[in-house]
Amino acid sequence: MKRSWLPALITWGVILFLFAPLVVLVVNSFNASRFGGEWEGFTWSWYEKLWAAEEVWESLWITLRIAVSASLAAMVLGTLAAYALHRFRSWLQNVHHMLITLPLVMPDILMGMSLLALFVLTGVETGLLTIWIAHVTFCLSFVTMVVLGRLQDFDFTLLDAARDLGATQAAAVKKVLLPLLLPGVLAGGLLAFTLSIDDYVITFFVSGPGTTTLPLRVASMMKTSRSLPMINALSTLLIASTFLFAALSSRLQRRA
Amino acid sequence: MTEEPAQPSRQWLLTLPSLVWLAVFFVIPAILVIVTAFRPADLQGGVGAGWTLATLREVQDPAYLPILWRTIWVSGLTTLVCLALALPMAFQMARVGERMRQVLLLLIVIPFLSNFLIRIFAWKSLLHPEGPLTKLLIGLHLIPENAVLLNHAGTVLLVLVYTQLPFAILPLYAAAEKFDFGLLDAARDLGAGPWRAFSKVFVPGVRRGIISAAVMVFVCCLGQYVIPQMVGGTSDEMLGSKIAQRVFSDRNLPHASALAGGLMLAVLVPMLVVVIWQRLSRKEAA
Repeated sequence: MKRSWLPALITWGVILFLFAPLVVLVVNSFNASRFGGEWEGFTWSWYEKLWAAEEVWESLWITLRIAVSASLAAMVLGTLAAYALHRFRSWLQNVHHMLITLPLVMPDILMGMSLLALFVLTGVETGLLTIWIAHVTFCLSFVTMVVLGRLQDFDFTLLDAARDLGATQAAAVKKVLLPLLLPGVLAGGLLAFTLSIDDYVITFFVSGPGTTTLPLRVASMMKTSRSLPMINALSTLLIASTFLFAALSSRLQRRA
Repeated sequence: MTEEPAQPSRQWLLTLPSLVWLAVFFVIPAILVIVTAFRPADLQGGVGAGWTLATLREVQDPAYLPILWRTIWVSGLTTLVCLALALPMAFQMARVGERMRQVLLLLIVIPFLSNFLIRIFAWKSLLHPEGPLTKLLIGLHLIPENAVLLNHAGTVLLVLVYTQLPFAILPLYAAAEKFDFGLLDAARDLGAGPWRAFSKVFVPGVRRGIISAAVMVFVCCLGQYVIPQMVGGTSDEMLGSKIAQRVFSDRNLPHASALAGGLMLAVLVPMLVVVIWQRLSRKEAA
């Protein structure tokens, strides 16, 4: 039967739409023209300027520290949560499940606003710690969902087999469950890491003096036209690392 | 399966860490926002002592009505455009071969994973008066010489659709993957045209996916403020813009809280409706 070509056309049109702005950005990062309206020759100069912009690298360092520590914490909390959600059926898990899913649909601005209210009312100074808390909170649900998906494929009779062969419960979890679950936990961690690096809105609400993360830095750079071409260069580097990350996590998932 | 005798305590032990974390850093803060709306503001940007209904009266300012209205229709329109594009995409993705499907998924997810601000910045520079798209369109005489592509309602809509599309495509694709395409062939065999088969068989078949995609996109749009602030004009503010202004410019936390409380209701009500509707239809099916 003849298939309509329209869905295929729309699909590729949308993919073009998704990539076009990013491609223009990458191309312009090598463009000598300031606004990138026309091609005025190849240059590395924006990358050189970026390399010399110490405040950007400082922000990157802050962002990486937060992202690594927040995703580690979210991996531990999320894995425990997923295990509990999968293993038990009770009113407690119903409440638990609702609490885990709500942050997924809560708009960022509300999460940022409510955490800010908490910190203001309890007198906690905003800074690295408050950003870390906020990031763990929004990453937790995503990690739980990824690990939960993995657990649904896990064959729990393997645990019973290990116990029948004389392993203690702890040994069975450590030697059988965790190694098989690890790709899922790592994939969840990678997702948390990307989300943490990316977050602007929530971080904006709970950041303090001296804690300008990379997205906050980009936002302030966007306000001065002098640094616009530098953002192109920075974006290109970030997009390249996103590609790398996506490749890494899809390999992780395939191996599982 | 082995169920340990000491199961209840083990359950609590495994559940408590995430439960306590979310209670302290998600539930209590949300309640605090509601409570703060009934407290007076102090001049240092904090919250004063005592209780007041004054903030609630302030929030009923008719000046908020157009903003509320705009927030709702911009979010609604974005949802419709996203669905209109995502439905045929999900349809296509579910029909191609396994390898192609993986490629398409990756192509959709990669821009989605790129930094949110950078994607907005990319549009900002693309649509800049000196930017490539403006020059191209003027060169082709498709727009007048002095046309401005940035800073109006259309730009906000465009960038909202751009950032929200994956939220529509992914749940719709998950639904389309489970759809039995034999039904579609049957409809075609019985003489339905491709459009009729698509709209009368495929669309109803993935309606659960449509609902979750629509709620996802709509709710995400309701809380937006960065996009209207960065690519919109002064008349394109949404509810989120006002919340951010009250927090950062006026430093009036109670006022911001009252607005945020309203937004919270606007988010929770459509979700609640969908959850109840899905429960009911599941019962009907069973």
